Amino acid sequence: MQNLYTVSKDYRKEIADDKYYYARSCIRQNFFPGSEVTFLNILKKDLDRDVFDDPKHTTCTGIAYHSDVIPFDTIQTVVARHFALMSENGYENFIASCVTSFGMYIEITETWKHFPEQLELIREHLKKATGREFMIPKNIAHTSDIVYKYRMRIAEQMKYPLVNAKTGQPLKVVDHIGCHYAKMFPDKGEGGAEFTQVLQGMIKAWGGATVDYPERRHCCGFGFRQYLVQANRGYSVSNSKKKFESMQPYEPDLIVANCPGCAMFMDRWQYTLNEMQGTRYGASDTMIPVLTYEEMAGLVLGYDPWDMGLQMHQVDVTPLLDKMGVKYDPDGKYRTRTGRPIGSYTPQQSR
Amino acid sequence: MDFGYTTLETRSIDYDKFDRKLIEYLLQYEPSLLVCMACGGCTATCSAGNLVDFNIRRIQLMVKRGETDTLKAEIDKCMLCGKCMLICPRGVNLRNVVMLIKKKLSIDSGQLATKNNIK
Repeated sequence: MQNLYTVSKDYRKEIADDKYYYARSCIRQNFFPGSEVTFLNILKKDLDRDVFDDPKHTTCTGIAYHSDVIPFDTIQTVVARHFALMSENGYENFIASCVTSFGMYIEITETWKHFPEQLELIREHLKKATGREFMIPKNIAHTSDIVYKYRMRIAEQMKYPLVNAKTGQPLKVVDHIGCHYAKMFPDKGEGGAEFTQVLQGMIKAWGGATVDYPERRHCCGFGFRQYLVQANRGYSVSNSKKKFESMQPYEPDLIVANCPGCAMFMDRWQYTLNEMQGTRYGASDTMIPVLTYEEMAGLVLGYDPWDMGLQMHQVDVTPLLDKMGVKYDPDGKYRTRTGRPIGSYTPQQSR
Repeated sequence: MDFGYTTLETRSIDYDKFDRKLIEYLLQYEPSLLVCMACGGCTATCSAGNLVDFNIRRIQLMVKRGETDTLKAEIDKCMLCGKCMLICPRGVNLRNVVMLIKKKLSIDSGQLATKNNIK
């Protein structure tokens, strides 16, 4: 398959081919626990790549940094420890599962490039704290970059394209990139901040159509401080509401998100807005299913939706599965892999 | 359901939906407003703007966006000195625009009974 479009050379990003050190996201494992396992399965089984999932890895502390809880020197030292773990395990290519972590790794390595004395200070901090030394990664990428890089190989193995199985029409997919992916350092994101290709590339390669709606580049509203303080959550939900109102006329079939927080809030806030004001933003008074890009890749490759944890989403994904013609066990949604029941279906009423 | 917070109304402007009555009225009687390029020369030279928080450039933007809620209080700050007309590179008759806004707002609020003698 040929590449479907080109990206401006100013915003082409170098993405390593193989041998990745994988940094998990702290919040994502609670929100959508199947996403990261699906990513590892796709890389190891379908793409035959070497990726190391290190149990010694910790949070990058990006949430605390962006919430003004910890200082910059502290997060730099935590990140330096991650780089030390990578070096100790013989890897040079660092991939982050979280957009905020990715933004932090870039922000910190750029800081060290421009302020070498800061790098020396952090080397000293890490040595004193843990006795470790570290190398700066040769390549830093977000995990969506890797899926994007191999999107054509995934397309070759595709079982369920992003197409309405009944009508044959491409599914209308809203892509949401996440502010920390390319808005801070546009040259570190494929396609830059304005015309980011990373999700769009996947959608087009797998048969879907992207929706170019007015508030496409708007923040999802997570915003750390807006969400963490309950009294401020109105700011957060209002951001998502603005996006939903903007995309509503296009009747999207699916929202795919790049960032752990964005996937969480675009999913959960739909339920919240329905509870607060009785509004639903999908076609025919429905909600719009929200997937992470790994889950979308997994569906396309024919992974079992319940093995990927799609039952953990607030917005029901079964209408999407039916549209795509995905075969699934309806009862399997409410059972663990060992068969233990985990709940039952209660239809959501429009208020 | 009360979650302990509320939502805010979006401030995005939908150009397909906003109320165009005022801008259409202004363009009918002062078409030169259409060629405004929002350079801000009018605001820079404004006599009233030097003394109070008054921005004629912002007013033309508000009118074109259909944001007329605070217009009445704003437009009353204009001293009608006409310096903005001297500086305007596009020759917009801003004094007439201000008078027309006042007139239209008065008509709409019922303070001005007749709609005749507009020119």
